[in-house]
Amino acid sequence: MTLLGWVSIGLTLLLVLVLARPTGIYLARVFHSEGARMPLNGLFGPIEKLLFKLFGIKETNQTWKSYATALISTNIFMMLLVYAVLRLQGSLPLNPSGIAGMEPTLAFNTTISFMTNTNLQHYSGESGLSYLSQTLGITFMMFTAPATSFAIAFAFMRGIAGKPLGNFFVDLVRSIVRVLMPIAIVAAILFVALGAPQTFAPTETVTTLQGAEQQIARGPVASLLSIKELGNNGGGFMAVNSAHPFENPNGISNLLHIVLMLLLTTSLPFAYGRIVGSAKEGRVLFVAMSIMFIMMLGIATTAEQAGNPALHQLGMAGPSMEGKEVRLGVAQSALYAVVTTASETGGVNTMHDTLTPLGGLVPLGNMMLNTVFGGVGVGFVNVLMYAMIAVFLSGLMVGRTPEFLGRKLEIREMKLIAVTLIIQPILILVPTAIALVFYPDTISNAGFHGISQVLYEYTSSAANNGSGFEGLGDATPFWNISTGLVMFFGRYISMITMLAVAGSLMAKRPVPVTSGTFKTSNATFGTIFVGTILIVGALTFFPILVLGPIAEHLTLWK
Amino acid sequence: MSTVQSMKTPSSYDSGSRSEIKKSKSMFGGDIVRQASIDALRKFHPKFMVKNPMMFLVELGFVITLLLTIVPDAFGSAAPRWYNGVVSLILFVTVWFANFAEALAEGRGKAQADSLKQTKKDLWAQKVTATGTIRVSSASLRKGDIIIVREGETIAGDGEVIEGLASIDESAITGESAPVLKESGGDFCSVTAGTRVVSDWVKVRITSDPGESFLDRMIALVEGAERQKTPNELALHTVLVSLTLIFLIVVVTLPFFGKYLNITLHTAELIALLVCLIPTTIGGLLSAIGIAGMDRVTRFNVIATSGKAVEACGDIHTIILDKTGTITYGNRLANDLIPVNGNSVQTLARWAAVGSHADETPEGRSVLEWLTKHSLSYDRELSEQGEFVPFKAETRMSGIDLPDGRLVRKGAVDAIKQWVASKGGPIPSDLDGVTEKIAKAGGTPLAVAVDDQIYGVIYLKDTVKPGMRERFEQLRKMGIRTVMCTGDNPLTAATIAREAGVDDFIAESKPEDKLALIRKEQGEGKLVAMTGDGTNDAPALAQADVGIAMNSGTTAAKEAANMVDLDSDPTKVIEVVAIGKQLLMTRGALTTFSIANDVAKYFAIIPALFMIAIPELSALNIMGLHSPMSAVLSALIFNAVIIPLLIPLAMKGVAYKPLSSEQLLRRNMLIYGLGGLIAPFIGIKLIDLVVGVFL
Repeated sequence: MTLLGWVSIGLTLLLVLVLARPTGIYLARVFHSEGARMPLNGLFGPIEKLLFKLFGIKETNQTWKSYATALISTNIFMMLLVYAVLRLQGSLPLNPSGIAGMEPTLAFNTTISFMTNTNLQHYSGESGLSYLSQTLGITFMMFTAPATSFAIAFAFMRGIAGKPLGNFFVDLVRSIVRVLMPIAIVAAILFVALGAPQTFAPTETVTTLQGAEQQIARGPVASLLSIKELGNNGGGFMAVNSAHPFENPNGISNLLHIVLMLLLTTSLPFAYGRIVGSAKEGRVLFVAMSIMFIMMLGIATTAEQAGNPALHQLGMAGPSMEGKEVRLGVAQSALYAVVTTASETGGVNTMHDTLTPLGGLVPLGNMMLNTVFGGVGVGFVNVLMYAMIAVFLSGLMVGRTPEFLGRKLEIREMKLIAVTLIIQPILILVPTAIALVFYPDTISNAGFHGISQVLYEYTSSAANNGSGFEGLGDATPFWNISTGLVMFFGRYISMITMLAVAGSLMAKRPVPVTSGTFKTSNATFGTIFVGTILIVGALTFFPILVLGPIAEHLTLWK
Repeated sequence: MSTVQSMKTPSSYDSGSRSEIKKSKSMFGGDIVRQASIDALRKFHPKFMVKNPMMFLVELGFVITLLLTIVPDAFGSAAPRWYNGVVSLILFVTVWFANFAEALAEGRGKAQADSLKQTKKDLWAQKVTATGTIRVSSASLRKGDIIIVREGETIAGDGEVIEGLASIDESAITGESAPVLKESGGDFCSVTAGTRVVSDWVKVRITSDPGESFLDRMIALVEGAERQKTPNELALHTVLVSLTLIFLIVVVTLPFFGKYLNITLHTAELIALLVCLIPTTIGGLLSAIGIAGMDRVTRFNVIATSGKAVEACGDIHTIILDKTGTITYGNRLANDLIPVNGNSVQTLARWAAVGSHADETPEGRSVLEWLTKHSLSYDRELSEQGEFVPFKAETRMSGIDLPDGRLVRKGAVDAIKQWVASKGGPIPSDLDGVTEKIAKAGGTPLAVAVDDQIYGVIYLKDTVKPGMRERFEQLRKMGIRTVMCTGDNPLTAATIAREAGVDDFIAESKPEDKLALIRKEQGEGKLVAMTGDGTNDAPALAQADVGIAMNSGTTAAKEAANMVDLDSDPTKVIEVVAIGKQLLMTRGALTTFSIANDVAKYFAIIPALFMIAIPELSALNIMGLHSPMSAVLSALIFNAVIIPLLIPLAMKGVAYKPLSSEQLLRRNMLIYGLGGLIAPFIGIKLIDLVVGVFL
């Protein structure tokens, strides 16, 4: 890779690094103010108060059960609303291009997809949705979905720090008013400045230089872009997502995409450190995740740089450029692929299907682990769950029963974590096996790559990522319903179980820290944490990865 | 409890574990191993196996591969008959090894119980009735009955002395040969069935019905009849079962992926993969580790009422220790000799030494040591000829009757005063002043007299037992705080506390102070351990997370505690905490080892499964194993033999060193984590070298 490529990656990540801590501290001061004045309260306070009054929200603490009930019922209500809009969009206003109502299973899939922060798109963005659906349906959920997982992340952190869980409605409103909306507005303006369109005018028909007629799709793109990346949503306005010049006009906009995707998820460890009262606790997780991220990025860029030997034989030397964002080159394409899966965003500027086998293994791995930073909120809850598993499995070796942040991990917590742990391989492996055996004709590739395609689709759904390997005939009832269910259960089961863990830990009397206590704030723990993720999390998927990308790589490079 | 301090069993004064050594048997005693081998087969019954889902799955695999040996194409794919047979055999052996580990641990516990049972023969008792005494069998004794036990007789039931005073040989229970004194009232009134009266007599009120005596309950506990999984064991079991389910999903879905690639996988190979991936090592050893942990406590002559109590030991934050007898010897060592009535130190020392010459008590020996230290001598020959008068509770003095008729005595100041006065001797005017000074400093004065002359006073000072300071230092490193309880005044208490290096102390403590302290510590989330023997210790023993009652203590104390120390050695609480920690460490180490093993097993089996259909995958055969079949078999064999190889570790526990958590973690992670990652690569390769020869 060129020196410029490395420098561009380095500078992008440096910017992320610089922003992570202050953002984390801001988040902690908003979601864990403990009565202190929140930053920028003069600006947001009145809006928030007005909304609380409007919806009759009171700042009372909820039990884990009422928190979970509020979360699920609110989410289901929003799903019903958006489902109705999608089905009826043909006869609703703001439909200048005259797009018809959506087919039921596709609407089912799309609704769940956006409510679960997945943004798997089985429809084609610019031609499948009216402007009303795009804004009221999609952009609306692009705010409420990350706000939901933001809320749960802070409820979870409060619980394990022994504080009351808080109130779901307060957290939801606060996430939107004080975090997502302001940053998204600023980012949208930047996107407009960089050249992304923002209009309600219909698709333009132009005559090209050759004299042919071309339809140019446009619309409120910039406003969707900012929240798409910031909220780790990933659903594009255009079908080709960030590979479309309107979604990603130039190198600077690509940088902005990447920074926005990582901004909130990298800041959570710092917020966590503040909430539990020890910056070190958060820092060790941040460093551990960064190391995994760098490893993943290293593999992906190396693989893409090495290119495809089959093409080399044809005299096409150099890296694999097929499906890449050719304006930006291999470095920024690979970086985008790693970031969009590490942060469970799912937007793409590169076709993941045409990544080299190992280059495609990395996004798969990121989604399977969902702990290389992970999606905003829920990703970090998953990280903390793995930290608990690490403590539980190796903590006994210091001669004490395991405790996490001074709270004993006992049978109830471990049962809940066990359920969470089992659910992921079920959601990924079982439907993959069914699809491969019963729906082979919807898969465009035979052999190893076919396995990778299907595996990618369900992994992306289970991890609520939403990016696709494409190449699947996936706008069929089978794919719509199966991925819809995987997204739904992948999202909500772990939310409930982890809230229950927080509720259970919260009620425990903390055990004082002594020199005999298992420490979770140092390098030793960081190493154990990464080891646990790799052995408990990654080994589960080793056999299928061998039959998919690894076999493909080995046959390609024999 | 301090009133009868000097009567405590001698074992209180050394921290050694004499009885432990005496009772420990070889770990793999022939009979136990033979019995365990048979019991291991009995445990194949699905009724037992379902309790351990990991091993149950292996057993199921054994049955299926056995079926495939008979009908190779039962499930379509046809691996060679011999291959299915070998896999089946290895799986059988794997289950047997795991069962054997458990049976062995149980067997060792039973052996312990049997030795206890021998003491519980049918005994005869003299029951007191309205008309006199009648001879009855111990089986007919009920709570509230009163029996008389005379010299040479064995006590037929647990009870409390209500009349009389006797020396009792408790060696059958404690392994301690020196008899102990029991009398009515106070804290030394409880007697245990199976112990023998060696002098005098006692009247005992029976406190338990047949089958419910202390001994009965101990036997039941040790036999493991009441063994329940501890909370941490249950939690770990949950996690292991969830890992098992995950791997089950992985293996069950694998043939479907294979089908898409037109690769047929043999059932036997899939079963082999599953068995290798599920945590069979820790699954097979988990209950053995728990039983062995309890057993280690028992071998240490401490009976724990539950595994939960042993587990709690590992989590202890604070240990409350009585000063006297635990941290210090009590006021039993001569610190100074103070002459009265104008006598010289030399004269006093001479008579004190003559009087102590034959005295084997710590007080007596320390007087002689004091002389040596100050380069003073005394007439040994004269002392040899005299006749020793031992200490008696009634006279409260000891000494020597010399052949020339002179009587040398040392003892409690008022007893000596009385004795001298009875001979018409004078009481020196400065005696009371000296005595008072010693008492104020927290010491005990012993007066020395010859006939009607008082020569001076021996200043017995409280002395910290050697090695205590280091042990407290170790505890501190492990994050455990020690609190000393003493009846002394704050000044004396502070001095001893500093000398011993305890973290805190309670002076002028009353039994309710202990209870208050425990509640306070528990209020801060800490777990507290303590020892006690008196009835007034009972509430605190019950409140403590780990309460160890001395066997010499009252029934009330023993009922309240969750452990009983048969040796009545209060310092043992420190070792019991260590055993608890060791149990948890062993469990953690083997869990880590077992899970880390999976990496190597994956690299053995996955390439083996697909290498024939996808030759390129041989790049993953990083161990360079001979052939797919030998790779699968080698991984399976490694998976089986690692269980018996780790049985000694599971039984003995991992090496325990009092280090900080950080050092412990790094050490154990290196040995069991990294070791667990590397060992199977080497092991599987070595097995493959052998297996490859036959293929």
